[in-house]
Amino acid sequence: MSHESTYKPGTAIERWLDKRLPIIRLGYDSFVDFPTPKNLNYWWTFGGILAVCLVIQILTGVILAMHYTPNSALAFNSVEHIMRDVNYGWLMRYVHANGASMFFLAVYIHMFRGLFYGSYKEPREMLWILGVVIFLLMMATAFMGYVLPWGQMSYWGATVITNILGAIPVLGESIRTLLWGGPSVDNPTLNRFFSLHYLLPFAIAGVVVLHVWALHIPGNNNPAGIPVKDVKKDTVPFHPYYTVKDGFAIAAFLVLFSLFVFYGPNTLGHPDNYIEANPLSTPAHIVPEWYFLPFYAILRAITFNIGPITSKLGGVIAMFGAIAVLFVLPWLDTSKVRSMRYRPTAQLWFYLFVIDCLALGYLGSQPAEGKFVMMAQIATAYYFLFFLVILPLLGLFEKPKPQPRSIAESVLKPHQSDAGIAVQPAE
Amino acid sequence: MSASSDTHNTLSGEEPTRRDFIHIFGASVAAVGVIGVAVPLVDQMNPDASVLALSTKEVDLSGVPVGQAVKVMWQGKPVFIRHRTGEEIKQAEETPLSALKDPIARNDNLPGKDDAEDKNRVINPAWVVVVGVCTHLGCVPLGTSQGESRGDFDGWFCPCHGSHYDVAGRIRKGPAPENLLVPPYQFLTDTTIRIG
Repeated sequence: MSHESTYKPGTAIERWLDKRLPIIRLGYDSFVDFPTPKNLNYWWTFGGILAVCLVIQILTGVILAMHYTPNSALAFNSVEHIMRDVNYGWLMRYVHANGASMFFLAVYIHMFRGLFYGSYKEPREMLWILGVVIFLLMMATAFMGYVLPWGQMSYWGATVITNILGAIPVLGESIRTLLWGGPSVDNPTLNRFFSLHYLLPFAIAGVVVLHVWALHIPGNNNPAGIPVKDVKKDTVPFHPYYTVKDGFAIAAFLVLFSLFVFYGPNTLGHPDNYIEANPLSTPAHIVPEWYFLPFYAILRAITFNIGPITSKLGGVIAMFGAIAVLFVLPWLDTSKVRSMRYRPTAQLWFYLFVIDCLALGYLGSQPAEGKFVMMAQIATAYYFLFFLVILPLLGLFEKPKPQPRSIAESVLKPHQSDAGIAVQPAE
Repeated sequence: MSASSDTHNTLSGEEPTRRDFIHIFGASVAAVGVIGVAVPLVDQMNPDASVLALSTKEVDLSGVPVGQAVKVMWQGKPVFIRHRTGEEIKQAEETPLSALKDPIARNDNLPGKDDAEDKNRVINPAWVVVVGVCTHLGCVPLGTSQGESRGDFDGWFCPCHGSHYDVAGRIRKGPAPENLLVPPYQFLTDTTIRIG
């Protein structure tokens, strides 16, 4: 939270710099002596993990761009050149490709954390909204990055997704042509996607700075969901308490990351992407990367026309709506209680929502036929009901459990319902 | 100074000043400048001259026997050309409009929104020429090469989401909203067409 600066420049050089550019002060106040609630659990370490993911992606990405050729005739071979000829090229590419998956894994956990503990509620609405903006930018970046190897899934994924934009009334066709740079996905498309794929991560980094800024105004939420009342009793300095805790979590996360990179580098990918793009032959099943599957399922769930809205446009509206609804979440949830630790009824709906998202992911990977269509429709309906009906009504009707009076008290006398999500208060 | 002096001066009853001039001048240049910069920045994304130059394609049909079909590339997209048998022509011509999901011809060679009768989908009934891009999400339907599934209506079948097209390229079943597009083309000779 905003607090008095405690930085004391120790050396003459620091004093000289502090008068001209107080950058050490900024870093010290933000990441060293920043008062942080003392009860943060391991679900709070994913912010740091995500920062590491972004750095890994930018670093490996800049290196890959040194060896990659964004031309439809050469791209596929240049990726194989990276894999076979470039020193450690295989490592850079596998880290980058799996890094995208790890990035999304972490961001989904980070978002579910925010959802469970009410981190989007007043006064953290801007923090949440900036997070959703980052998520959108991540999706655009990942989509365009997946096109670059110019394999069959790259090409046909790009074709299907850009055709989706064509369903937008009035502007859709023009937007699609602007993306394609021709009558279909081709060399111009690959070139501009490469350019944008290089640009967007830096846009993400910029919004991350705003995200951290917006975090440091109200300060961290915490598992009890109650504000800091007494800085001395309720908080500990960020360093060393959370630098160490985050560092430990990052190391553990990197173990999982390494398991994929070294033991299953293609587990999360699709084998068809090792076939060069062929505009004359469509793969039997076009599936996006796993992290897009829930949204793909929502897109395909709308198989019926709604009045003047065709099923195709309806699917597009539902898919974008699934993300748009996150922007207004702070105003949809009417409950004054932040943490679902004290909202036993909301908890049940929340767990059902998590299962629903996983189910949507599974359904997105299955062909859109037979029983899967109906199941995807039910899962899509629950996704929207959760945000648009359940959360607004729950706040009015549920009876929350009593909350602790302070963070210090919640640490000293852990509430019984803590067991629900395997919470270990930080010491 | 300009006659269009702003309200600030009218209220204070003063003549327009040099400060008013730089405000109006600055804002005007900014407005025109934003548009002037935006147009080239966006338009460079549109198809360039080299892409547009590849917009026509001539195809020799003499090597396509009755009952078979070929796939050619036109503007980066596949075009299906099927040499129909007499039976297939009859089947297509006898399909009632009420059986069609999309009753519009979708033929770039016709000016208006004609009915999707078979005669509005072809120039010479022996030859069906359609863009081989499924109108659902842009996959390439199967059915052109021999041995591929031609779907329930003996035309084309899109494996992505299960759209069935008939022997005139009209959507009959599945999620695709429109008939396969008939590209602009003309017969140069009896056995040569130019697409585009």
